[in-house]
Amino acid sequence: MNKLFNFFPESASTVAGPLDSLIWFLIGLTIFFTLGIGLTCIYFAVRYRRRHVDEQPVQIEGNLKLEMLWTIIPLIIALGTFYWGTRMFLGMITRPPDAVPIYVVGKQWMWKIQHPDGRREINQFHIPIGTKFQLIMTSEDVIHSFYIPAFRVKMDVVPGRYSTIWFEATKEGVYHLFCTQYCGTSHSAMVGKVIVMSPAAYEEWLAGQSVGRKETMVEAGTRLFTERACVTCHDGRTGAQGPLMRGVFGKPVELSNGQVVVADESYVRESILKPQAKLVKGFQPVMPTFAGQLNEEQILQLIAYIRSIQSAEGTTGGQTK
Amino acid sequence: MSEPAPATNYLNWNYSIRSWLLTTDHKRIGLLYLMGVTFFFAIGGLMASLFRMELATPAGNLVTADTYNKLFTLHGVVMIFFFLVPSVPGVLGNFVLPIMIGAKDVAFPRLNLASWYVYIIGGCITLYVAVTGGLDTGWTFYTPYSSTYANTKVITAALGVFITGFSSILTGLNFIVTTHKLRAPGMTWMRLPLFVWAIYATSLIMVLATPVLAITIALIAIERATGIGIFDPAIGGDPVLFQHMFWFYSHPAVYIMILPSMGVMSELIACFCRRRIFGYSFVAASSLAIAIIGFFVWGHHLFVSTQSPYAGMVFSFLSFLVAIPSAVKAFNWTATMYKSSVSWQTPMVYAMGFMGLFLIGGLTGLFLANLAVDIHLHDTYFVVAHFHYIMVGGALMGYLGGLHYWWPKITGKLYPEWWGKFSALTVFIGFNLTFMPQFVLGFMGMPRRYYSYPVEWQALNVLSSAGATILGVGYLIPMIYLIWSLKNGKPAPANPWGAKGLEWTTPSPPPMHNFEQTPIVTEEAYAYGNEGHGHG
Ligand code: HEC
Ligand SMILES: [Cu+2]
Ligand SMILES: [Cu+2]
Repeated sequence: MNKLFNFFPESASTVAGPLDSLIWFLIGLTIFFTLGIGLTCIYFAVRYRRRHVDEQPVQIEGNLKLEMLWTIIPLIIALGTFYWGTRMFLGMITRPPDAVPIYVVGKQWMWKIQHPDGRREINQFHIPIGTKFQLIMTSEDVIHSFYIPAFRVKMDVVPGRYSTIWFEATKEGVYHLFCTQYCGTSHSAMVGKVIVMSPAAYEEWLAGQSVGRKETMVEAGTRLFTERACVTCHDGRTGAQGPLMRGVFGKPVELSNGQVVVADESYVRESILKPQAKLVKGFQPVMPTFAGQLNEEQILQLIAYIRSIQSAEGTTGGQTK
Repeated sequence: MSEPAPATNYLNWNYSIRSWLLTTDHKRIGLLYLMGVTFFFAIGGLMASLFRMELATPAGNLVTADTYNKLFTLHGVVMIFFFLVPSVPGVLGNFVLPIMIGAKDVAFPRLNLASWYVYIIGGCITLYVAVTGGLDTGWTFYTPYSSTYANTKVITAALGVFITGFSSILTGLNFIVTTHKLRAPGMTWMRLPLFVWAIYATSLIMVLATPVLAITIALIAIERATGIGIFDPAIGGDPVLFQHMFWFYSHPAVYIMILPSMGVMSELIACFCRRRIFGYSFVAASSLAIAIIGFFVWGHHLFVSTQSPYAGMVFSFLSFLVAIPSAVKAFNWTATMYKSSVSWQTPMVYAMGFMGLFLIGGLTGLFLANLAVDIHLHDTYFVVAHFHYIMVGGALMGYLGGLHYWWPKITGKLYPEWWGKFSALTVFIGFNLTFMPQFVLGFMGMPRRYYSYPVEWQALNVLSSAGATILGVGYLIPMIYLIWSLKNGKPAPANPWGAKGLEWTTPSPPPMHNFEQTPIVTEEAYAYGNEGHGHG
């Protein structure tokens, strides 16, 4: 098996290439300084080895110029590396506007993945090349961490909040998906496969999947919105108890305490589970909490629905894709 | 100082068990610590050898997943809290710090003994946990796993760590007061040996950071016992808050482990190069700089834990900054060797090993301080390799180097030089074989704390396990010949290395009160050029 002696990770996403250049730079730096200082030490140790027992070398106190030099040069290198890494990091975490949302729920010890069209996968993840995906992730129990080495992406999946990452695959293949945050007995079994396909193969795969497909996430969210009577307060009638949901997502919301927050996934989640934590300006604290009545996946479906009606012009139940 | 050693010294004035267990002599307490840390090191090492054996094959087959999880957890807990933290300060600090500054003892001798007992009580509780069900949270105790989900003895283990923390605090306090108050006449701050500076800086961290660990651990126990929501979001807590509190201690704790060894390094390099440390004041100041900046970098453990990216940037920046004082030390040590007189004795071989491993450990830290690169490498074997290079390659090499350096002083016996060099070399080779492959594994994406792993990583894992075997042998050899030397070693003169420093002016082993008369210091540390000794 020639794979046994492969020391380079696959690089299969848009960020992998640039990130690897930075890593190679750092590897170079490490080798340079380790060998540089190490060999100097060895050279000195041999060149100036003690030749007789009571040898007394000349004493050197120190040298301010040298001290400055070896403070400032490493400082410059450190700052340069900091700048390089931080710029790349900002690109890696800023979600591109056209990314397709995918919802991930981690639990001991599996990954549950929901595509917008309602398809669900467990520990498997089919995606096409060339499309940007944004993962919106949470956990049902302890902290997990979602890691695809070939894409160079990783993010903790934390109960009680959402975390996000995005990526765009560039190379077909089957890649590892790992949980990297220790989460109990079967932590090392909380793994999966990411299957990256060409767009054509992906369409074909999708077509095969659609047999017996259930409702999309947005459809499920729309249904819940009515079933759980959200609609009674949030239907936008004049005199309705709650604010109109259309056009809320992604926009700034003014709170009763004067603060302004952006209505993202975590905000909507909090509004559903802890409605009184952030009151919308001009409304009474009458919304009941739904904590314990909705599971993580249902909350995500509601979010998908609210997200789908984010543009005020759009019609109800608009597909995200 | 070549008058014959006096008949009674701190070892032979009384042989009774009682005189050892109730001693307030810092030298004897140092030896009590030596026994404690050696015992815990053996336990921690045994656990490591078991899980390295498990990892020789990709599938889990030697032990169960739960046992594996308990093994790496207790390996971490034991090695960090019961070996690395107390090793250099507890053993070498206790033994030589008072002598180095010309004192009769530490400032609070009874408190010093209490520290050891507190340490042993904490250790016994941890051992009790190990044999009665174990702990499987990882040494990091991440919530809500530890506070709600784990079914192992979390509260008892937390108690063990909590109690041991007080031993660190008390020891730190003792060293701070000792350094301030008990320096011999003429021993000004700028004449202190760099080991004292390093222990002083370490003590500051111990006193300031350890209480935060105690609080954090106590909060876990409270949440687990009472269900009051602190860290578990299901009951209203914040799991990431735990990580902030935990690393507020545990990052500085990294410096608790490495700074003392850096201090040892300065002593070794000075002695075996017969040279005052180049840029003494910069090396001393860098210890303090590390101690201070080290308090503000904890967030680099949280880059992918949903911490705000802006906080991440600040922590990344400060983490790059804290690398500078370490670099300054390395450059100054190297410069010290220039045109000096280098003697390749065992402690110096350890010192050179320290240099190599510490450089790699420090430089790979730059990968993890870097926001973008850390996304890929966080919680992989790269991190495991990195911190072992610092804490085993660095801290442990320093400890062993120091132990060999002061062994003749401590015991009055010389160990066989050939075996000393051989073991240092074995440790160096075994260490690199064990942990170098782990860098590669991490770079390839292998997560840490994995019981089973994909087959394509077996070759590297086997290499690592093989290296661990060599490393284990490397640690066993000194245990054997050092114990052997107690009975059979040649008697050590007061100053076998021709070293400067007050500890070498008193007989080996030192008399009960260290010096026949209080020394008066008239020269700087490492005044190798000066004729004679100038020490009173
Ligand atoms: C009893 C009436 C009522 C019901 C039922 C209700 N809400 Fe609300 N909701 C409110 C009120 C009033 C507010 C504004 C005050 C506040 O922030 O709590 C609100 C605010 C919100 C917000 C924040 C909106 C914004 O403009 O920032 C969201 C999101 C939300 N609700 C979602 C839901 C969902 C989803 C459901 C069903 C599971 C639901 N609500 C059920 C009354 C209700
Ligand atoms: Cu996990
Ligand atoms: Cu740290």
